[in-house]
Amino acid sequence: MLTLYDVPVRSRLLLGTARYPSPAVLTDAVRASGAEVVTVSLRREAAGERAGQAFWSIVRELGVRVLPNTAGCHTVKEAVTTAHMAREVFGTRWLKLEVIGEEDTLQPDVFGLVEAARILCAEDFEVFPYTTEDLTVAERLCAAGCRVLMPWGSPIGSGRGLNNLFGLQALRARFADVPLVIDAGIGVPSHAAQALELGFDAVLINTAVSQAADPARMAAAFAQAVAAGREAFLAGPMEPRDMAVPSTPVVGSALLR
Amino acid sequence: MNIQVNGEWREVRAADLAAALAELGFADAVVATAVNGEFVPAASRASAALLEGDRLEVLAPMQGG
Repeated sequence: MLTLYDVPVRSRLLLGTARYPSPAVLTDAVRASGAEVVTVSLRREAAGERAGQAFWSIVRELGVRVLPNTAGCHTVKEAVTTAHMAREVFGTRWLKLEVIGEEDTLQPDVFGLVEAARILCAEDFEVFPYTTEDLTVAERLCAAGCRVLMPWGSPIGSGRGLNNLFGLQALRARFADVPLVIDAGIGVPSHAAQALELGFDAVLINTAVSQAADPARMAAAFAQAVAAGREAFLAGPMEPRDMAVPSTPVVGSALLR
Repeated sequence: MNIQVNGEWREVRAADLAAALAELGFADAVVATAVNGEFVPAASRASAALLEGDRLEVLAPMQGG
């Protein structure tokens, strides 16, 4: 079973809670996905609206574990302060650490990421860093104390799937014992299946579910794809080849010419 | 005095953060607070004095990816 910071997790599908058409659709999608971990965030609360209070009661009713993020943070200081606020509000040491470096691609600022990870791990946070497939950065994150890595598949919300297959496979091979969660860029269930087939431990999906025409149905489709991909990985996929190999035995073929 | 609450100028009578939150309608809300960019834990709010022009952030759970 997958273990994230000593917590056993049955479902290898982690789900984001943003951009659903309504709270009811969010609830249906989380249930249909079978996800046990959902990502959440912090935003300014208006005393009159109390949107945050309403959202929080929905999440608590779902009975899932929350993974707060530092989305929208561009500096180490912002990310660390947000982490402190999230730990108090959500009552968890888990933190999806995002330090954004580039506006168009939302690529992580890996230098700030490593620095923030070092600070937060020392403060006893359990950090899930949103990173790239860069091996050196991954090494530094592990040295900082991270025991899970979350490499991107492709830019957040782009739906382009696994953009750098070779780089991701190298990361998987190099960090065989570290849980690797593909976070960002997964567009359709086949991308998720591919990630699991390659041996990644889990995927974190948001936009691909929340922006589907029928989010609950798509969430269920992702759950099946993740389960199939994991089974395929455990079954040991064949190696691709360049030339055809007959699948029907040629020995004993009749001579009918 | 006037302070900024989530980016908007507001007039408050309270002199500390705990009282200001109550005055602003956040008494029983699940929120985290920061003053001038520094996190103020819930347990420290009553002893956190507010000054004219302070920037208060009141954050709550929200949807996230």
